[in-house]
Amino acid sequence: MSATPQTVEESGSAAEPRGGWMDAVGSFVRQRPLGAIGAAIILLMMVVAASADLLAPYDPLATDYGAMLRSPGGHHWLGTDAFGRDVLSRMIYGSRTALMVGLGASFLGATFGSIIGVASAYFGGRVDLFVQRVMDVFFAFPVIILALAVVSILGTGVGNVILAIATPMVPRCARVVRSSALSVREMPYVDAARAAGFGHRRIILRHMLPNVMAPILIMATAFLGEAILLEASLSFLGLGVNEPTAAWGLMLRGAAVEFAESAPWMAFFPGLAISLAVFGFNLFGDSLRDALDPRLRTQ
Amino acid sequence: MSKIRRLLALVAIAGLAIPVVAEAQQPRSGGELVFPVPSEPPSYDGHREETFGLIHPIAPFYNTLLRVDPTDPGGTKPAASLAESWTVSPDGKSYTFKLRTGVKFHDGSEMTSKDVKASYDKIIFPPAGVGSSRKGQYVDVEAVEAPDATTVRFRLKFASGSFLASLLSPYNFIYKADILAKDINWYEKNIMGTGPFTFVEHVKGSHVVGRKFAGYWDKGKPYLDGFRAIFMRDSAAQVAAVRSERAHIQFRGFTPKDRDNLKAALGDKITVQESPWDCILMVGFNHNKKPFDDKRVRRALTLALDRYEGSKALSQIAIVKTVAGVQVPGTPFATPPEELAKLAGYWPDIEKSRAEARRLLKEAGVPEGFSFVFTNRGTPMPYEPLAVWMIDSWRKIGLNVTQNVVESAGYYGVIRKGDQQMHMDFQCGYIVEPDLDIYKFLSVERNPANYGFYKDPVLDELYDKQSRSTNPEERKKIVRQFEKRLLDEEAHYLMTLQWHRIIPHSSKLHGWQVTPSHYLNNTLDTVWLSQ
Repeated sequence: MSATPQTVEESGSAAEPRGGWMDAVGSFVRQRPLGAIGAAIILLMMVVAASADLLAPYDPLATDYGAMLRSPGGHHWLGTDAFGRDVLSRMIYGSRTALMVGLGASFLGATFGSIIGVASAYFGGRVDLFVQRVMDVFFAFPVIILALAVVSILGTGVGNVILAIATPMVPRCARVVRSSALSVREMPYVDAARAAGFGHRRIILRHMLPNVMAPILIMATAFLGEAILLEASLSFLGLGVNEPTAAWGLMLRGAAVEFAESAPWMAFFPGLAISLAVFGFNLFGDSLRDALDPRLRTQ
Repeated sequence: MSKIRRLLALVAIAGLAIPVVAEAQQPRSGGELVFPVPSEPPSYDGHREETFGLIHPIAPFYNTLLRVDPTDPGGTKPAASLAESWTVSPDGKSYTFKLRTGVKFHDGSEMTSKDVKASYDKIIFPPAGVGSSRKGQYVDVEAVEAPDATTVRFRLKFASGSFLASLLSPYNFIYKADILAKDINWYEKNIMGTGPFTFVEHVKGSHVVGRKFAGYWDKGKPYLDGFRAIFMRDSAAQVAAVRSERAHIQFRGFTPKDRDNLKAALGDKITVQESPWDCILMVGFNHNKKPFDDKRVRRALTLALDRYEGSKALSQIAIVKTVAGVQVPGTPFATPPEELAKLAGYWPDIEKSRAEARRLLKEAGVPEGFSFVFTNRGTPMPYEPLAVWMIDSWRKIGLNVTQNVVESAGYYGVIRKGDQQMHMDFQCGYIVEPDLDIYKFLSVERNPANYGFYKDPVLDELYDKQSRSTNPEERKKIVRQFEKRLLDEEAHYLMTLQWHRIIPHSSKLHGWQVTPSHYLNNTLDTVWLSQ
């Protein structure tokens, strides 16, 4: 039991940046080039989302029936859709939706999952047993099925989609965080907090939760890619974000399927964007896990 | 000589061909008809519901008193069903129907006039709390009588030219009187009729299965062993089902592009039937919600739409086509295009129209960028393309509209509650007839399916006047007045575009005729499969 904290301490000091954040970035790029590629994709996506108003050549919602189903070319670099809307502009604005849903769902899923996981580990006994069996029930359903169930209860729209995607993430995060929290629970400072007469809430939120942040961060990053993919899946099924909002999954459905043979650009480019984003988040998440996992670092 | 030989040869070939053709057209018994249904029934009660999601999978379990002749492409010719004949009194105020004998319910009991009377009493005079969507179509009925076991009589308050047409409703399933007497809501959750198929199962979200009813009154029918209605919301999945020959037909309709794709992929294996479609989507404004209680706002919203451009563009990608008022274009009571162009929202000059819309909004105190939610039904075609078109049109007059899509089966439950600001509503008739087509727009106390929740006694009066008029020209004039008040002066509703029905189906399927209504010809008793 004592070996793990010692390893954390040793390797933690070894990875500490010595020459500021530029050196840290340089070191990350050298040591984990794939992670750096992932980070670059995420960064690009964030920049595009933040400056969509400046970058998009057209209003993403504006229909132009004189330019329906135009192939990629001079005026419309990535072509137009069945309503004459510019595909590039909709993709640029779609990155906002993807990030908003991804970040929102990850944040919610990770937050609630962490609290449940830490609380379950802290109380232990019957509470832990009960909470974990409830989590087992959630685990029994594939992620998409759970999300579909939530959307069918709450309805469609950005807010509900965030909740729907966050729901299946809660048990996954709770299970991982619980395992970390079980070891933290035995730490002397937790005993000290108990001895000092602090309440459960304070011990969980102020003493245990900050000490299991590493797995939470890793889970949240890994969730992001999954959340973007889930949002696209729900929107593709007509259960996610609603028209005319620019969203990648939404761009893949309806006329994009119907005109897949004669206007393949309608589905190709948003599909590519989804793949790239998920790829980026997965690469970055894996590298982050490697960087923060003491066992992998010592190896 | 050679001419004679050729002639003889032709005669011989024709002689051989005739039996072959006759053989090919001879209905064949057997097989299971498989068809996707894009929407699921909210309940099983035809008297209460108003969606094809009920008709397509549930109608084969029932019969109606009369029906539209299944071979009539116009979809207007009355034909016998449970009633084998009928007579009308000279003053037009009494309709007497002679019922068939030997008609059995699926539980083995005999159908009598008592069952017809109980079913129509439920439709026309429902007790409080019992939903009847077409109750208002029978305001002319004073009483339904059953003088003997095989006779049913409808006594009318006044002569009505549209009464017979109202009995052709495919929703007016004949239920068993004893069941209704015990529990009038029983048919909402159960199925038991006299139709050509008996109910096997309904797996929610998946399918409905029906099996041939051996005791069906029309001997030799149905030809099919059974049917399987598969619930598929997604248009692409429906097209894929037909394309892969896993389904024979989708009875509602496909887009022009779907038709072309299917024809290109399957060639002669696909037969295409097309028809103008007695269906239109319209936007209902909740008169209980501000600012939609203000007719200036409602007028502005209809003025924002360029229907002529929408018609040209959307007909390429959706199942909509013609610019229309309250009647199917080209039918006797329809407003000609040049007259229609005088109504708000139909002006040929869209810039002038949108300038007027902005002026009205300003006058009504609606600020630039005003946001509201448009509630739409989760049936992609054509609800989604029309919503995209309208939302962008409304942006052009400075409104910011968000769409809230509600799953099809729960849609009417949501809009009946009346929490919505604006919603997509539809008017699909089973027959083109002003009484039936414009009944939808009567005041809420006369028509429970008025989800705009408005009261307009002037409209009600105009409706009654046209309904009682026996002079077609006079009736036409009144219908125009009704239309002007509904769409222009009060703008209670906003019409989108008339639908166009395209049914590409497997060439193995026979005995089914497309009509302007997707509610007709779904009893499936005449349908057969050649392989």
